[in-house]
Amino acid sequence: MKSAVIVFPAANCDRDAATALEQMTGKKTQMVWHQDSELPDVDLVVLPGGFSYGDYLRCGAMASQSKIMGAIKQHAEKGGAVLAVCNGFQIATEAGLLPGALMRNAGLKFVCKPVALKVEETQSAFTRKYNQGQTVTFPVAHGEGNYYADDATLDRLEGEGRVMFRYQNNPNGSARDIAGILSEKRNVLGMMPHPERVVDPLTGGIDGRAMFQGLIETLS
Amino acid sequence: MTDITPQLIREHGLSDEEYDRIKRLLNRDANLVELGVFSVMWSEHCSYKSTRVHLKKLPTKAPWVIQGPGENAGVIDIGDGDAAIFKMESHNHPSFIEPYQGAATGVGGIMRDVFTMGARPIAMMNALRFGEPNHPKTRYLVSGVVSGIGGYGNCMGVPTVGGEVNFHKSYNGNILVNAMCVGLARTDKIFKAGAKGAGNPVVYIGSKTGRDGIHGATMASAEFDDASEEKRPTVQVGDPFTEKLLLEACLELMATDAIIAIQDMGAAGLTSSSAEMADKGGSGIELELDQVPQRELNMTAYEMLLSESQERMLAVLKPGREAEARRIFEKWELDFAVIGVTTDTGRFVVKHKGKVEADIPVKALSDEAPVYERPYKERAPENAAVSYDKKRNVLASLEQIVGLPDMCSRRWVWEQYDNSVMNDTVQHPGGDAAVVRVHGSKKALAITTDVSPRYCRPDPKEGGKQAVAEAWRNLTAVGATPLAVTDNLNYGNPQKPEIMWQIVAGIDGIGEACRALDFPVIGGNCSLYNETNGEGILPTPAIGGVGLLKDVSKMATLAFKRENDVVILIGETKGHLGQSIYLREIEGKEEGSAPKVDLAMEKKNGDFVRGLIEAGRVDTVHDVSDGGVLTAIAEMAIKSGIGASVGQAEIADAIGFWFGEDQARYVIAAPFTEAENIVAQARAAYIFVAELGKTGGDALTIDDRENVKLAKLRATHEAWFPRFMAGEEIPLTN
Repeated sequence: MKSAVIVFPAANCDRDAATALEQMTGKKTQMVWHQDSELPDVDLVVLPGGFSYGDYLRCGAMASQSKIMGAIKQHAEKGGAVLAVCNGFQIATEAGLLPGALMRNAGLKFVCKPVALKVEETQSAFTRKYNQGQTVTFPVAHGEGNYYADDATLDRLEGEGRVMFRYQNNPNGSARDIAGILSEKRNVLGMMPHPERVVDPLTGGIDGRAMFQGLIETLS
Repeated sequence: MTDITPQLIREHGLSDEEYDRIKRLLNRDANLVELGVFSVMWSEHCSYKSTRVHLKKLPTKAPWVIQGPGENAGVIDIGDGDAAIFKMESHNHPSFIEPYQGAATGVGGIMRDVFTMGARPIAMMNALRFGEPNHPKTRYLVSGVVSGIGGYGNCMGVPTVGGEVNFHKSYNGNILVNAMCVGLARTDKIFKAGAKGAGNPVVYIGSKTGRDGIHGATMASAEFDDASEEKRPTVQVGDPFTEKLLLEACLELMATDAIIAIQDMGAAGLTSSSAEMADKGGSGIELELDQVPQRELNMTAYEMLLSESQERMLAVLKPGREAEARRIFEKWELDFAVIGVTTDTGRFVVKHKGKVEADIPVKALSDEAPVYERPYKERAPENAAVSYDKKRNVLASLEQIVGLPDMCSRRWVWEQYDNSVMNDTVQHPGGDAAVVRVHGSKKALAITTDVSPRYCRPDPKEGGKQAVAEAWRNLTAVGATPLAVTDNLNYGNPQKPEIMWQIVAGIDGIGEACRALDFPVIGGNCSLYNETNGEGILPTPAIGGVGLLKDVSKMATLAFKRENDVVILIGETKGHLGQSIYLREIEGKEEGSAPKVDLAMEKKNGDFVRGLIEAGRVDTVHDVSDGGVLTAIAEMAIKSGIGASVGQAEIADAIGFWFGEDQARYVIAAPFTEAENIVAQARAAYIFVAELGKTGGDALTIDDRENVKLAKLRATHEAWFPRFMAGEEIPLTN
């Protein structure tokens, strides 16, 4: 699997994503500058976490207008895989790659802690290596991860099996405890918890490895 | 031209004698711009004029020290060509006036100190001290400071991995916000401030200059009164987004060889950065202020020189490398301007709109700054005997202690900090020391901040020693070899002889401990005048310690790991209750002597414990500090969910045994066979050792008689902070 991580100004999980990908794939990940207009030939694009543009205006709003986003939309339309984590999820909703929006946490504070997630669906490259209903622990680290969409959209997401992860103890007020959702074509995953932070037993656990293994098996 | 009147001189925080000295150095009167420049460069904050003669007594050298005090941060060699670069600095006064921005810019400032030397910041710590919980401003200040630290550090993508939070009435009108940053660089890529050579371009990079923070350094060198809130406009506003870009752009420029010298614009902004670079390089500097990127219209030379706008750096480049540097900064959408040149005149010259606004010998701003040997009034350490109810129930007191404002879980605080970004945090907040892996290696740095101000008040020297010893012990407890410290000395008004005594004795104690423990001071910061309406804070010399774990897989943590492990106490227990948490909180008395620190015993016991960890024989260790042995055991149980049954040893007084704060002690836990060997080995080495009991069950039991369920202890331990911050009035006795 060939992968690229997009570097937005003040993205700060770009290196973490690259480190995790390189550890899991054994291959170099390409870092792509936000002002580039083309993607290299890759199977997976990661929109990493961080504070692109300092979260000014609205989280993800400015990065969603970056030059590189055109190429990412084309990649997604052609069925290419996109993993959008944390700020990446915010960027993906702002760019229209995924429905809904991420609002300020219900507790009005930034929250960083490991959270238990229930794997809701295994029908995707991202989740195929997990078991349905399995509990995994990923860290969250965000101030604006409160997922919102109207009821019709939420019903549709649930009906189409596109709610991939749910919080067991909702840390941010997200509608229906939603932690991660999939695009209609099932190739774009957006989630607030950080899978790239759980690939090493020394630094928080290995529950994220199965996501990368699933991607590698599907996309290689 | 403005007349330099006595009133104007005083408004600039200078004495008449100091102004006479300025006139002698210039051979003429100063103009207003020059007066402003002198006022910041000669402020306590920038010149260390009250402490310099005493700071010189601190040990600063060791074979592994690459850079001691005097640069933006200290540097140590951690092997394999890697260097750790770190420093701690205060932002007390601004944080009291405007907690969010004060704390945020404190974080930003200390990060710049570290990355200006070529390091990528990898961890942040902070030592916070607030007034008593029932003071009407305390909640507001805690809330603002914590979100300010998080707001800045989280955006930078540098994990905030721990620190201290304490409450005491002496901080009611003057909180302390000390932030520490640790970074990593290669030993052959370390950047310094000395602008050697003439004719080299001086470049300005980062944010534009505005009118914010003018005279911040002078404000930080004065006492507070009730009108201090009117100084809110002198607090700067942070922009972590720009700082993140500045970090990446600087590291990109540093990967080239274009830089001769680089310095961040911190306190006293453009003035101190340019004057210090010229001073350290033995050169002169000439600035053209018309070239400075400006955010506001019609700024004067005075305003530009004294502005403390954030996220700015000054660099001296090799001639001809400007275009290459400009490309990097433009890529990151930052301002870049050539604003001057180095000279061989030894003078600090500032031009604006075709006029020379300042022309001062560089040495007048540095070496010629006044140095004071302020008088101090020596005071014998307090030594009164303490009295307490010897029959009071031990477990009932324990339950109270684990829920106290100073002792309860800080989860409410650290969950607002991203403590796992960068994917190298191996020990998260809540342990004895934070542990952060050196990226891509099996090495790790252990980091801690420590001081017990309640010991420093009755005995400033012993308190200084204790702060160093506790930092050393906390690093040891995770298995690290302690390497060096940064000190952040927070005291009151040095012009009062009794306060000056606290400073002199405190530095003396720190020096003695650092020498005995091979733990040199490689940098730091003094924050004086921490007084409001004439009332000083408790003397608070915070120590930030850094140690190295060669193999992070051997790291110890404080949580119990298994049932049926033997619980062992290392170190001598005499039952010292003077100035203890127990005496203060259970008996309501802040009295007695501070515990004595026996540095030889500290070293012997610590080296023994570290040896066990390094050999892979022990993985469960907790240092004994606030609240004594029983509190330490309770914390090990609460963290793990595994209980313990323990009994008293060594001395007859139960209160003294369980809650005494004798130094140089650790609680460890190990499986039975290993425990027998450890005890025998300790005895053979003449180290005090006692088997207290074993782990297991869901309760903490003492003397086979009484117990308390862990669930109850944990609930109490976790309850106070969130309840307090939610606005509940909580009686201090639960």
